[in-house]
Amino acid sequence: MSQRIIVNSNINGENIEFMADERDSLLEALRDRIGLTGVKEGCNNGNCGACAVIMDGRLVNSCCVMAAECQDASITTVEGLEKDGQLTTLQQTFLEDAALQCGICTPGFLVAATALLEFNPHPTEHEIRFWLAGNLCRCTGYDKIIRAVQHAAERA
Amino acid sequence: MTTTEKFRIIGTRPIRPDGIDKVTGRADYGADVHLPRMLHARLVRSPHAHAIIKSIDVSKALALPGVEAVVTAADFPDVNDERTGAGPGATTRRFLISNFIATDKALYYGHPVAAVAATDPHIAEDAIALIEVEYEVLDPVMTVERAMQPDSPILHPTMRTAEPMGAPKDAAEDKPTNIASHLQLAMGDVAAAWADCDIIVEDEFHTGTAHQGYIEPHTATALWNPDGSLVIYSSSQGIFQIVRDPLATILKIPSSRIRAIPMEIGGGFGGKNRLYCEPLAAILAQKTGRPVKLTMTREEVIQATGPTSGTYIRGKMGAKNDGTIVAAQFWMAYEAGAWPGSGVGGGANHAFGNYNIPNTLVDGYDVVVNRPRNAAYRAPGVPAPTFACESLIDELAERLDREPMDLRIQNASKQGDRRANGMVLPLSGNQEVMESLKNSAHYRSELTGSNTGRGVAMGFWHAGSGSHSINAVVNNDGTVSVNTGAVDIGGLRATEAMTVAEVLGIPYESIKVRVMDTDAIGYSTLTAGSGTASGTSASIYKVAKQIKERLIERAAKIWETDVANVTWEPDASLTGPASEDGKPKTMTFRQLASQLQGTGGPVSGHIDTGGATGGPTYAGHIVDVQVDTDTGKVTILRYTCVTDVGKAMHPSYVEGQLQGGAAQGIGMALTEEYFYDDKGVLRNASLLDYRMPTALDLPMIDTIVLEIPNPGHPMGVRGVGEIPIVPPMGAISNAIADAIGVRPRSLPATPRVLLDQILDRDGEKGVDAAS
Repeated sequence: MSQRIIVNSNINGENIEFMADERDSLLEALRDRIGLTGVKEGCNNGNCGACAVIMDGRLVNSCCVMAAECQDASITTVEGLEKDGQLTTLQQTFLEDAALQCGICTPGFLVAATALLEFNPHPTEHEIRFWLAGNLCRCTGYDKIIRAVQHAAERA
Repeated sequence: MTTTEKFRIIGTRPIRPDGIDKVTGRADYGADVHLPRMLHARLVRSPHAHAIIKSIDVSKALALPGVEAVVTAADFPDVNDERTGAGPGATTRRFLISNFIATDKALYYGHPVAAVAATDPHIAEDAIALIEVEYEVLDPVMTVERAMQPDSPILHPTMRTAEPMGAPKDAAEDKPTNIASHLQLAMGDVAAAWADCDIIVEDEFHTGTAHQGYIEPHTATALWNPDGSLVIYSSSQGIFQIVRDPLATILKIPSSRIRAIPMEIGGGFGGKNRLYCEPLAAILAQKTGRPVKLTMTREEVIQATGPTSGTYIRGKMGAKNDGTIVAAQFWMAYEAGAWPGSGVGGGANHAFGNYNIPNTLVDGYDVVVNRPRNAAYRAPGVPAPTFACESLIDELAERLDREPMDLRIQNASKQGDRRANGMVLPLSGNQEVMESLKNSAHYRSELTGSNTGRGVAMGFWHAGSGSHSINAVVNNDGTVSVNTGAVDIGGLRATEAMTVAEVLGIPYESIKVRVMDTDAIGYSTLTAGSGTASGTSASIYKVAKQIKERLIERAAKIWETDVANVTWEPDASLTGPASEDGKPKTMTFRQLASQLQGTGGPVSGHIDTGGATGGPTYAGHIVDVQVDTDTGKVTILRYTCVTDVGKAMHPSYVEGQLQGGAAQGIGMALTEEYFYDDKGVLRNASLLDYRMPTALDLPMIDTIVLEIPNPGHPMGVRGVGEIPIVPPMGAISNAIADAIGVRPRSLPATPRVLLDQILDRDGEKGVDAAS
């Protein structure tokens, strides 16, 4: 039998103490222990990016991080992107540009694109495609996602 | 409304009603369900592709603290050969049940054998390792070629080939086979027509097994109520047709005892048209008396759900020297997976669909092999014969020294032409698509660079139709709530709200659309076959008209006048007879809505059928590729889809369908396929090794949208979901042939396959020979 552990993290700006199974990934802890189900599981081995979160300023796949590693970490999920109840520019351009169809990959793309624009506010199309190559979308063919990121960068 | 009428809302690009929920993480998908005391299920899967299950010992798993139940096929009622269903979908209970849990044999690598429910997913994972299954391993049958040989191992001892029109079997031939059925579609006299041809081309084609690749794994959560009714939350393309009714058959309970709740669905493409998790979650929940959630891992999704049939096609096509195509013939064998039901029927029905060829013959075979049972995948069965057809046409063009598009246009099918399946083509844009493609900037542009090539291919899909139960009610604040039974996978609610706004003239934002559960709405067809946006919008169009008529009646009642004296204005206000000051009485939609309670109660509209068909849809794709002749890797340089969509209700989502379908087709053409080893073990069940296109692999995908109204739809809409996946394999194959003079006859044209062909062309040893 595995052990339960207590972890203290700052999640979406809020200090949260949660109990996790020592085998829990950050993805499992976020979804099943904390209830942040906006973080999606697509593959559980780092290939699809649906579970992307920003951890201490770095874009990570939360399925590849153990919950136990998150003591004192600062984590942003899709639920934490809004500021004061307002959608971010990226969230807005994703809506306007129809950059989602089924929407299951959208949280990961938004988090990854947010990290991209913080790191590189004016990326080229190739830089956007390179950065987002870790996120799989099966509905859109990526065209409208790339354009939504371009439009968000233009508005910044 | 006629299809030439100008639209106010239809054709604009509003934000989808479910959009904010989906960019903020609020939208609840199947796996987001969490119920009190919920257990988590995991499955034991067969490590063998073909094996008799001798015994299953679950005792050690049951002894593990936290494990609440273990089930096998024996826990399901009446696993026998009783027939269930009717028509082409008919099967036996054994086939129905064994697809999601093995009965006597494991029939593919990853076939579920037992299911565990435990208090924690990690404990469930521990428990499945403790279940001991004894197998007698049999030789696997992995290809249609092997499966059709007389000495092939047999998957199902009871299987006999179903022949066209139920032709009686010769008693001497009554022995087991892997050929589940043979179908034939014939028109004219192909055998005689070859003599009329000046040029005949013949070739063989293979396509790989490919997965739909939706990013959301299959999931279901089941909960039994004390009254013996079952609540099921799932991610499915059809809450009635896929979840409720088949589950009732499997569990042998009345369908009304099941309440199927549609969660947001994270992609389907046809692959969520089958039950996998729901029956197992239900039986575990019944056994434990607690809610049970079963969510597949990605590995399981690839191993055991989905794929579209790999195919082996022999094709022949003949023309006169003037370019008239006289005859065409296909012999097609489709992998069905371990149970019958491949896309061979769809393939046969759509074969040669873009061309008017007087003599055609298609023989199709549905063949069982030790792979997962295939599921529908976007235009099921059609891309493979289209690849074959479009390759043959390019070969003809080359032999005749004709420009490839000119030869296609010369032979294009048109309204009134009859197809081998009896269908007479209605008004549609096949020729217009071809002309538009030929005149496009892309087609007319110069292609430069070394080892670059350009290819074209056409595509045809006859979209489905279905029944849709829809309720709509006017709220007292002037909004309208629409309740539907059709699952929304990619923006359906937007088109439904737009239809109401269009007919009534009220703001799009004032319409709320909700997908209801099976207790709350009438039977509605699954979301599939490019029939849903067209079908629901045709139905909602009628519902909105009903509401309009009833509101006019209500206004007449309020004004104490005849309905003839009430006019509905385009802005949804109403004008009535003159009042005392001589001016006509007026009332806004909202004012009228606020008076409904006191004047006879709410006003609603309702319809129980659709009948509109998504109509025939045609597309042509152009692609430019560059081939790295050192590695065999193909890069897509430029891609354009030309499509007749009838009427683009929400152009952004129409473009999105076209782009997404093209991207999936590009994957099928270049990188995506199942790799089984000689023991039938799947070696690439991850999203790293099953290689779907990433953002870095694709260019922007241009769309040219033609609007030739569908006469079968009140707003002219055609279904557009399937068509974009039809041409890519043919277009890319033709582009590769143009680039390097080597024609891929087996797709995907992976670097390994293509490099072998390039080395062969250059007289060098291939990869296999060298290693």
